[in-house]
Amino acid sequence: MSRPLRAAALVALLLAASAAASVRADDMPVIKVEMRDGVILPAVIEVPANTRFKLEISNTGQSPVEFESAELKREKALAAGSTSAIVFRTLDPGTYQVFDDFHPDAKATLVAK
Amino acid sequence: MIGAFVIAFREVIEAGLIISIVLAATRGIPGRMRWVLLGIAGGLAGAGLVALFAEKISDAFEGSGQDILNAAVLIVAVLLLVWHNTWMSKHGKELAGELRAAGAAVRSGEREAAALSIVIGAAILREGAELVLFLYGLVASGTSGADIQFGAVAGIGAGALLSAVTYFGLASIPSRYVFSVTSVLIIFLAAGLAAQAAQFLANAGVVDVLGHTLWNSSGVIAETSWPGRILHALVGYTDRPTVLQGLVYVATIAVMVGLMQWSAADKRRAMRPA
Repeated sequence: MSRPLRAAALVALLLAASAAASVRADDMPVIKVEMRDGVILPAVIEVPANTRFKLEISNTGQSPVEFESAELKREKALAAGSTSAIVFRTLDPGTYQVFDDFHPDAKATLVAK
Repeated sequence: MIGAFVIAFREVIEAGLIISIVLAATRGIPGRMRWVLLGIAGGLAGAGLVALFAEKISDAFEGSGQDILNAAVLIVAVLLLVWHNTWMSKHGKELAGELRAAGAAVRSGEREAAALSIVIGAAILREGAELVLFLYGLVASGTSGADIQFGAVAGIGAGALLSAVTYFGLASIPSRYVFSVTSVLIIFLAAGLAAQAAQFLANAGVVDVLGHTLWNSSGVIAETSWPGRILHALVGYTDRPTVLQGLVYVATIAVMVGLMQWSAADKRRAMRPA
């Protein structure tokens, strides 16, 4: 391997190691969100502020969706019929806009309190 | 149909702009086309794999797998771009044909092309997984009409066309200046990618400092608007950067400019007659 490739591999390894060390399995609240062909349910997603929680997103529709929030700096694309989660470490109390990037009309609000 | 067109177009240009800048920056390196095609093929294969194993990747590292993967891909791309610019400030003139003896440039050019092939692969891997999911969904669901599928294909075509126009625009710059232009573009590109990587690491909980927002310019140029998306792809614009992102952005620029100065000075020393 050439020098830059070796450096790149090293970085990837360090990242994986630090990630493994920094996250620990524990119980955290799970908030469920359903996305279905341009509809986000519930329209107001209530989540706990200032604590870890998991946002579990299910795509129950026939088309792919992408859960996204510019304010939260998060995005997640989901194929039809799949479920995935985003883990939030901590969130300030407030209201955040979320949308489906693959269905531009689909919007919802996430409220942390 | 318009919706599918816009989504496909958007996803393609994000990677396409990076590729066209990298292509313009490697003009004159012998045998680069082979590496470029290899990078594109590798990126597409990787994007397919990421889309296929999206759920598994996502669940890795306690739900941070996707963030960690994105950060790793971006950091690799940034390191290779830093290396490229440093190399270029030494060999750019030779490639531009101003010096006859391009021996050193040709010899290490192959390695340079290999590094950029990885950058191209990383850009496609990062942006392509979403596009693969989107397109596969259109085909697999069987419920989307021919007009939607046509819209998606047309969107990919238009995105590729805009990337090609960007490349030929850059390539038409006189060879004396082209590498100066691409070096500057790559500095901002790399800084933007580094800032994105920082945010992914923050999302994953690997970095837990300086998370407050530096400013909010979403009222001026929203990141989700067209100008916002183009600026995001080119210089890493974000409408609500965190302090960490701002610091990483500025630090990346400083390191790159410093290394380029050092490399150019190193070359001048080497060329001075003893």
